[in-house]
Amino acid sequence: MSAVAAMDAIVSHTLSVYVANKPGVLSRVAQVFARRGYNIDSLVVSPSKDGAFSRMTITVKGSPVGLGQIIAQTNKLVDVIHCTDHTDDNAVVRELALIKIRVSGDQRAEALQVSEHFGCKTVDLTPTSMIVMATGTSDKLDACVGMFQRFEIIELVRTGKVVMARGDGET
Amino acid sequence: MATSVQTQRKKKDIALRGAVDIHEHDHLLPDDQSMDGAQALVRCLEEQGVEYIWGLSGGAAIPIFDALVTTRTKIKLILVRHEQGASHMADGYARATGKPGVVLVTSGPGATNTITGIMTAQMDSVPMIVLTGQTITPMLGKDAFQEADVFGVSLPVVKHSYLVKDSNDIPRIVREAFHITNTGRPGPVLIDLPKDVTQGPFTGDLSAPMDLPGYKPEPQALDVEQIKQIAMELRRAKKPVILAGHGVLIANAAEELRLLARKLNAPVCNTLHGKGAFPENDPLSLGMMGMHGTAYANKAVIDCDLLLNIGSRFDDRIIGKAPKFCKDAVRIHIDVDPAEMGKMIQCHYSVVGDARRVLEELLLYVDECDSQEWVAHIADLKKRFPLKYRKAGGLKMQHILDEWDKLTNSESIVTTDVGQHQMWAAQFCKTLHPFQWMSSGGAGTMGYGFPAAIGAQFGRPDALVLAVVGDGGFQMTMAELATACLHKLPVKVLILNNHYLGMVRQWQETFYGDRESGVDLEGNPDFARLAECYKGAKGFNIRRQADVRKVLKRAMEYTDGPAVICAEVEKADNVFPWVPAGASLEDMLLEPPKRQMEKPTGST
Repeated sequence: MSAVAAMDAIVSHTLSVYVANKPGVLSRVAQVFARRGYNIDSLVVSPSKDGAFSRMTITVKGSPVGLGQIIAQTNKLVDVIHCTDHTDDNAVVRELALIKIRVSGDQRAEALQVSEHFGCKTVDLTPTSMIVMATGTSDKLDACVGMFQRFEIIELVRTGKVVMARGDGET
Repeated sequence: MATSVQTQRKKKDIALRGAVDIHEHDHLLPDDQSMDGAQALVRCLEEQGVEYIWGLSGGAAIPIFDALVTTRTKIKLILVRHEQGASHMADGYARATGKPGVVLVTSGPGATNTITGIMTAQMDSVPMIVLTGQTITPMLGKDAFQEADVFGVSLPVVKHSYLVKDSNDIPRIVREAFHITNTGRPGPVLIDLPKDVTQGPFTGDLSAPMDLPGYKPEPQALDVEQIKQIAMELRRAKKPVILAGHGVLIANAAEELRLLARKLNAPVCNTLHGKGAFPENDPLSLGMMGMHGTAYANKAVIDCDLLLNIGSRFDDRIIGKAPKFCKDAVRIHIDVDPAEMGKMIQCHYSVVGDARRVLEELLLYVDECDSQEWVAHIADLKKRFPLKYRKAGGLKMQHILDEWDKLTNSESIVTTDVGQHQMWAAQFCKTLHPFQWMSSGGAGTMGYGFPAAIGAQFGRPDALVLAVVGDGGFQMTMAELATACLHKLPVKVLILNNHYLGMVRQWQETFYGDRESGVDLEGNPDFARLAECYKGAKGFNIRRQADVRKVLKRAMEYTDGPAVICAEVEKADNVFPWVPAGASLEDMLLEPPKRQMEKPTGST
């Protein structure tokens, strides 16, 4: 029974989809998820080293059984070269966040201290606000955002995960 | 000047060809140097061996319709009366010949009217090319007249689709579309063609190659180890059953399946679309299994110790309650589509590949099973639980279908709509060969049967084609009587008229306290008289059991156009055997239940 339960467990997955760089491809891929009631948590699309192809990194939560079907259906799309689940793989997963906080003179030193601790860069600074750029794993960014919550966060933008297989592995 | 006889002959030629007089426009013939996009399109369709295009014209598609004239193409345009009809005709043609059917319609409503037909083809893996006109590219997305985002609207129901932005892309796209539609698991491909693209000059390469780096219709190599293991399991099996699906027909593997069944001495049941994969008059045939399959097929599947599924997707109407389906048997799945593996049923062994390739390989390793007792048991089941109907009382659909089967020696092409008549046709109209049976199985599209029969008759002009339809479904596409008459197609249309949407009424009677809601087709016309309003069609009526054979024979003898037979059948008969939706095969009903049934857990 425990094995069955594990198969149904809801896990966050990071899928890498290598696709033809054409109009409409994103619609086709998104449809495979939407039709089965899956919500895409984050999505990054950019041209690959060969401009004829694009790389999508999609994070989504779901049971391995349901996602297995989604990966199979995504792989079947004519414009998809391949779709791989990197959740348990030996892969580097990173994310970038821009955090705009309201800080004036008296708080600025403390904010910079938090920023330095997480290896952030200050990319904008005004008398009343600053934008810091944080990069790293999603857990690290969660912690970083948590620390900045002691200030007033005006805006927060996160890119979503990007993934790349380590070593000789193909993403 | 032409004499009146010559003029008449010319007119007749035109009617037969279904196109305008092609010699009148010789001066417009394009040379390769000065073609427009539409003319290049027609050249590409010719290269793909297209014989017919089913379509209806409209503003944004005029350049393509014009090119059918100016190119003097031999492709015949069949003008339909509604675009849904065109898509089902293309579908019927494809299922009767194995070649993709081609549809040509205009933008906006012309295109959206084909969506039901495209979805029908997608659900049943039918090759089809749908060419849609579109507004000019600078107007895309600006709510131009008759503009619809057909690329977007059709996305969930196509195998693939294109919006052409450059006239010079046409040859590559057409080549890709025909390759995609009929390789691997077939399915419809839509090409949306803006009017400036078809009207604009073509300066490209007519022989431009395909560019499909992501399309893998079949694995390059078969998993031979897995096939050897399957052979080993088959050697151990004492109670094997083969389940033959549509994939056997698509792969042209009927002969290999026959050899395999013989060699193993294993009984074969089929899905609705597997009809024709294995001769249903063969002693090893169990006929159709599933929701309304034969009792002996379902009982055999319940008791088997090995189930070998070849080219079926384990549809919910086949398996019933998934966790109980063949739960103690060795389950084996052969399918060309890797996404079908484990989708409905987890199997012990699976091979991804074309059914014929896999069976050819499997045949090398198999021997006769120790199945003599099992085959004898099956023969006994067939005797004890035959398909039957009461001869007493009113006129029954089963009786008429049974009579048709006997009159034709099971040698006709049968198309159906969806509902009670469909299931009884599947039970009583036996199939002996591939491409004899066309029915909207996955989509369950009412109105499919008649236009599909027209398409089948175009593809197989010498075949006897029968459309079995209900009074509900026929009224959805009966405008195509004009198309059938115009081309003098001798299709037979058998309307099994119970003045009801009968299958829904059957459910309401059984599961919903006999509360009828939205099923009474009060207001039906006199179908035989209505048919005769179309010049060339002949109407027939069957009202009594004693007339069935006589009227069917007379209708068969009429070959100058469609014969429309309206049979006034018993109003409230129910289809059995019946596995309620979502129930397991063990819960099959062989006769009307004595008490009110629980509402089914499955959908339909």
